[in-house]
Amino acid sequence: MSKTTATRARPLSPHLTIYKPQITMTMSIIHRITGGALYFGTLLVAWWLIAAATSQEYFDFVSWIYGSWIGRLVLFGYTWALMHHMMGGIRHLVWDTGAGLEKQTASKIAWATLVASVVLTILIWVAGYMARGA
Amino acid sequence: MVELTLPKNSKVQQGKTWPKPDGATNLREYRIYRWSPDDDKNPSVDTYFVDLDDCGPMVLDALLWIKNKVDPTLTLRRSCREGICGSCAMNIDGANTLACTKGMDDISGAVKVYPLPHMPVVKDLVPDLTVPYAQLTSIDPYLKTVSPEPAKEWLQSHEDRQKLDGLYECILCFCCQTSCPSYWWNGERYLGPAVLLQAYRWLIDSRDEATGERLDNLEDPFRLYRCHTIMNCAQTCPKGLNPAKAIAEIKKMMVERRV
Repeated sequence: MSKTTATRARPLSPHLTIYKPQITMTMSIIHRITGGALYFGTLLVAWWLIAAATSQEYFDFVSWIYGSWIGRLVLFGYTWALMHHMMGGIRHLVWDTGAGLEKQTASKIAWATLVASVVLTILIWVAGYMARGA
Repeated sequence: MVELTLPKNSKVQQGKTWPKPDGATNLREYRIYRWSPDDDKNPSVDTYFVDLDDCGPMVLDALLWIKNKVDPTLTLRRSCREGICGSCAMNIDGANTLACTKGMDDISGAVKVYPLPHMPVVKDLVPDLTVPYAQLTSIDPYLKTVSPEPAKEWLQSHEDRQKLDGLYECILCFCCQTSCPSYWWNGERYLGPAVLLQAYRWLIDSRDEATGERLDNLEDPFRLYRCHTIMNCAQTCPKGLNPAKAIAEIKKMMVERRV
């Protein structure tokens, strides 16, 4: 015997799993994720500075970790997270003035933050390798 | 709070595949969310085949074709069938829109139809909209004045009237409201894009004299400020309106009245 309508709990309709990703929505989620990642990245910077203040050996040890291929990969990811979060922040600053909120413009700005973050990250790393000459 | 999965009673299961119509050659596949309060089953997605040679071009035409010719138990709201009543708002092909104004030609592959997202389901494609309606009531969506009533109507300049363009056209279908992830996670406290667009419609009305009181009512970390400019509202509005912009304007009014 099934329960009556009044007592049987209504299901919740599907949401995130069925909604087609929109570019503005996706960039909003990535803005949050990169924001979280920056906490971790700041710890990396702090560790590096603490190592520099501790001893030559400890600094060399941390630099060795950061210089390994996996270390560089993490730092590359951190650079991208920083750039993406910065571009996202600028985008929000523009939106806060009430500008750039039209549907097409907002989508273009969202794509632009993604492209700009990747380009800036690559530029920073190219500049870094050129400065080191390696 | 963010929830990535559905409650146990809401998990969607594989449903029934209904037989193809006899002799039809021009078929379109429809996958439609089903749930009935009259049995103890979880929601499911049923598969139907619509004979396009016997059916109109819109998604609503197909849903009614299914209801009339295949499965009379399929339940949905509809009324005007021309995009002005807002009854047939649902999630079609992954975005919220009106079934009556959404052409099947705009969709590739099988047409997936769900009720408006993150709402309690009354039956099939019919969501329970009690909460958004209560939220609309909470912003007093009518003219409030203290001045003595004029002999005729409240007058407004052409320029002031133009400020209502892009706001008065809202038909309260709640496509935007239920497309907003922020509303999904905080729907009981955040007013949502549709209700905030209405709030702005009265804030910006030159004849309304309760602007301060209206802003006081919205000055709250949840009611207004849960908008994070995700922009799903503007992307999905079947009337081409922009709730995100209206919300940004309310936030500006909040700042401007403090300086």
